[in-house]
Amino acid sequence: MSCSCHGHVDPLVPKIAVIEHIRKDTPDVTTFRVVNPAGGKSFTSLPGQCAMISVPPIGEAMFSITSSPTEENFLELSIKKCGIVTEYLHGLEVGSEIGIRGPYGNNFPVNDELKGKDLLFIAGGIGLAPLRSVINYIMDKRDDYGKVDIVYGARTPDDLVHKEDIFNNWPNRLATNVFLTVDRECEGWDGHVGFVPQYIKELGLDTNKVVLICGPPIMIKFVLQGLEEIGFKKEQIYTTFELRMKCGVGKCGRCNIGDKYVCKDGPVFRLDEIQRLPDEY
Amino acid sequence: MKVLKKEKFPQIWQAINQAYELYLPIEKDDRVNFAQWTEGETVNLEALKTEISPKDVIFPQSETYLKFESDGKKLQLESVESENREYVLFGVRSCDAVSFNLIDNVFLREPIDRLYEKRRNKGTIVSLACSEPEENCFCSSFQIKPEEASPGVDVAAWDLGDKILWKPVTEKGQVLTQKFAQLMEDASQQDQEELIKLQNAIKEKVKELPLASVDPKVIKGELKEIFESKVWDELSQSCLGCGACTYICPTCHCYDIQDFAGGNCGERFRCWDSCMFSEFTLMAHGNPRTTQKQRFRQRFMHKLVYYPNNHGSYACVGCGRCIEKCPVNMNIVKVIKRLGGEG
Ligand SMILES: Cc1cc2nc3c(=O)[nH]c(=O)nc-3n(C[C@H](O)[C@H](O)[C@H](O)COP(=O)(O)OP(=O)(O)OC[C@H]3O[C@@H](n4cnc5c(N)ncnc54)[C@H](O)[C@@H]3O)c2cc1C
Ligand code: SF4
Ligand code: SF4
Ligand code: FES
Repeated sequence: MSCSCHGHVDPLVPKIAVIEHIRKDTPDVTTFRVVNPAGGKSFTSLPGQCAMISVPPIGEAMFSITSSPTEENFLELSIKKCGIVTEYLHGLEVGSEIGIRGPYGNNFPVNDELKGKDLLFIAGGIGLAPLRSVINYIMDKRDDYGKVDIVYGARTPDDLVHKEDIFNNWPNRLATNVFLTVDRECEGWDGHVGFVPQYIKELGLDTNKVVLICGPPIMIKFVLQGLEEIGFKKEQIYTTFELRMKCGVGKCGRCNIGDKYVCKDGPVFRLDEIQRLPDEY
Repeated sequence: MKVLKKEKFPQIWQAINQAYELYLPIEKDDRVNFAQWTEGETVNLEALKTEISPKDVIFPQSETYLKFESDGKKLQLESVESENREYVLFGVRSCDAVSFNLIDNVFLREPIDRLYEKRRNKGTIVSLACSEPEENCFCSSFQIKPEEASPGVDVAAWDLGDKILWKPVTEKGQVLTQKFAQLMEDASQQDQEELIKLQNAIKEKVKELPLASVDPKVIKGELKEIFESKVWDELSQSCLGCGACTYICPTCHCYDIQDFAGGNCGERFRCWDSCMFSEFTLMAHGNPRTTQKQRFRQRFMHKLVYYPNNHGSYACVGCGRCIEKCPVNMNIVKVIKRLGGEG
């Protein structure tokens, strides 16, 4: 009864995926690992692309694929509880079936503009999810890229996601630095305290690198300002957008910024491309 | 070319209805709208424009595409195939016929919308030239020719008083014509001459229309300049956000996706939506369009700037419906004129 042949099936029709593993990252973020019922990934994707997750009769919502494309056996999604679909997802157990469709959107240019370059990742909160896909991709092809700096902030230490990666995996890789920060002083936290944009300025990073940013819109706005003050050019900076989405395929008319549909032409944009778009996001 | 006598209309409706679903402008409670024909309906081919555009026939207002069954753990999904037969859509005006091509540009580009494609392929479109264009028409502003067959129609028809002239233009149109040829006659030399007379008369009338001089090309400048123009404040001031303009508009294609459930089973459907509504873009961390000005601007920027940037033509066909239906008398003509600098 479920539809496996996707050739003539409408792009809006999801296929079934099974939750294989669940990891609670923070009080409100959970990472789900999903596979085909018969095993294997639902589809292949590129770093930065998204998947539309369906939980009938509740609805659908779009999520970044947080696992690296080099991960051959499953897809991972880090999901923050903030509404009815996400709430329902948080109630599911290993073995539960969901609908999935995708991959949607464009990707960070890992095989073009990022190749051979020093990279600076800047993330806030759940914004680490799409960047993690790029970071792990790069870690698996480490020789193809230069130095990697990762600046990641959250409200409190408890709100940091993907703790295994940020505390253990990435800092131990060659030429990779992880800079963590939290918004306010907190018991048991002896790391940096302060907002991400300020931390970036304090770090005194050289500007000969490509920057990838994802986080809440307000963080993105201030980080971009800060980066330009330090001397980064728009052509060096990539960010992703999050707009309300329904179809994911550029037809329902919901997610445009100017003449671009974020679901199809985005979610990844280079800053100089955004320049000509209206400030409506 | 063929002629079909109007006295044969009831017969041909019946005959077409045997082989196809038949959609015609049907009059009910003083309103004329496209609907599926059944015996006894009042067909009105004189009314120039239906109240709502016929886009409903190619892009239904609400359409179920998925059935599901879930017990919270196991999930079953089944795509729903539309059960429609081949259909004939008869009496489409040039503006509305062109609007189908504009929606095609969105739904038939990759990834192809299979539901739409299937429905679209099942249709044979018969256009009807506009003998009497009226004061709110401005299709000529978009190079639409109401005296001719619009690109994409399968049969073009012209009203010659007691008969219509019938000209198949595509293979599908030929097939339809052959099927019902026994109800038609060959067009005579005189019919051909009458057609040319009618076409010339329409051309003259179109030139004289009060909105004939509306020209979207007066809107100049970069996307951002137009977006930031001062005129949006004033233009949007009276807009109620009722969305009427988007529902009647033949080129509006925004949709919503919703689940409907009873117990463990349910259906997923898509239905028309409107960028004029405040929740259209609402998200957890905010709403990029919180004011009616922003929503109003979105609708017209899409028609006049965004869509043209993406597809090479304006997303308006000058049907004039928004002029007739907006409760506060706002419309795209006013927007074009003000953006073009007119007071
Ligand atoms: C390209 C893209 C990538 C995303 N990646 C992730 C991710 O990796 N992890 C993650 O947790 N979330 C991600 N999101 C956000 C996620 O889609 C929303 O949090 C989710 O749709 C909320 O769904 P809900 O049904 O639970 O909320 P609803 O019950 O629908 O709504 C609750 C609140 O969330 C709002 N909302 C609805 N849709 C969105 C949306 N798309 N974005 C933000 N708020 C929304 C509603 O308007 C409402 O205010 C992404 C969104 C986009 C567009
Ligand atoms: S914007 Fe108005 S005139 Fe243009 S196609 Fe839509 S309803 Fe018709
Ligand atoms: S422009 Fe007119 S018809 Fe359209 S939403 Fe505003 S008030 Fe309603
Ligand atoms: S989500 Fe439908 S157009 Fe982008």
